[in-house]
Amino acid sequence: MKNRAIVIMKKFAFVVLFVMFIAISHMMRFPAGMEIGKNFRLFFLEMAAILPLMFILIGLFEVWVPRERIIRHLGAEAGHWGTLWVILLAMLQVGPLYAAFPVAALLWRKGCSVRNIFIYLGAFTALKIPMLTFEVGFLGWKFSLLRALFSFPVFIAIGFLLAADLKDRPFAVKEPE
Amino acid sequence: MIVLALATAILLLLSFIADRGKTLAGLKKGAKMFLNILPALLSVLILVSVFLYVFPAQVLTEWLGRGTGWAGIASAALLGSISLIPGFIAFPLGAILVRSGVSYQVIAVFITLPLEAKYFGWKVSILRNALSFTGALLVGLLMGIFL
Repeated sequence: MKNRAIVIMKKFAFVVLFVMFIAISHMMRFPAGMEIGKNFRLFFLEMAAILPLMFILIGLFEVWVPRERIIRHLGAEAGHWGTLWVILLAMLQVGPLYAAFPVAALLWRKGCSVRNIFIYLGAFTALKIPMLTFEVGFLGWKFSLLRALFSFPVFIAIGFLLAADLKDRPFAVKEPE
Repeated sequence: MIVLALATAILLLLSFIADRGKTLAGLKKGAKMFLNILPALLSVLILVSVFLYVFPAQVLTEWLGRGTGWAGIASAALLGSISLIPGFIAFPLGAILVRSGVSYQVIAVFITLPLEAKYFGWKVSILRNALSFTGALLVGLLMGIFL
């Protein structure tokens, strides 16, 4: 038990030091530290608003969705429908790319194919609906439609390329420990 | 955002009604995964915060914005969410940032990479980002032709 506490403390040491640095900066009115703290707060809030929810959903998915179902629908034999499903899943998501990695790890554990995992990541970067609405607002419909149209074959090709490249090599999506 | 919160709450409730033990087991698993990635995630966020202080968005835009042209615009949009630099910082910079997008996003990729590598390993992560970037340039070229 004590060992585990030490391990956890070690893991968070950098974060704790940073928070202390920001706190001291505020006390001493050190402008650089205060500015960095402000940046960090924005990033932290974005993360804290989304990731806990994501991990709740991942946990529920983990216990409720049987592996056989994912293998059947998203696995190596699933064909075009599997690809379509992962793209839809990616489009519905919110948040920065790092929110997609744990989902990719989950899909992998449940038997999703390598190709579909990478297509999922590609769709996440290119076709997320929250991002599209942003983009339409700033750059217009025509721009967004064209870009979505062009990026579609690109990330599908990337999925095929990476899957082909990794076919004969040991590959696994790991769960960080 | 609100949709996500609502959906999570509803699913959680349904799951709880259906099977309490299973739900708790799922939550525990989720929490464990979250705590495992949290230190790395926070460290990356700290590094980005420091990075953005040393190179504020405006300065970066000036440096990198020169001569990227149309390809830059499209790739910036395609690569938009590879970046850790979220919309609330990126989009207010508007057209200028979008024009300098390529280079800005390249830096952002390097910052997200350690997290991706935790899941996929370094080799695959670098390969995937290199391919994505090449793909973005391709899309950028096409956009330049059609817009």
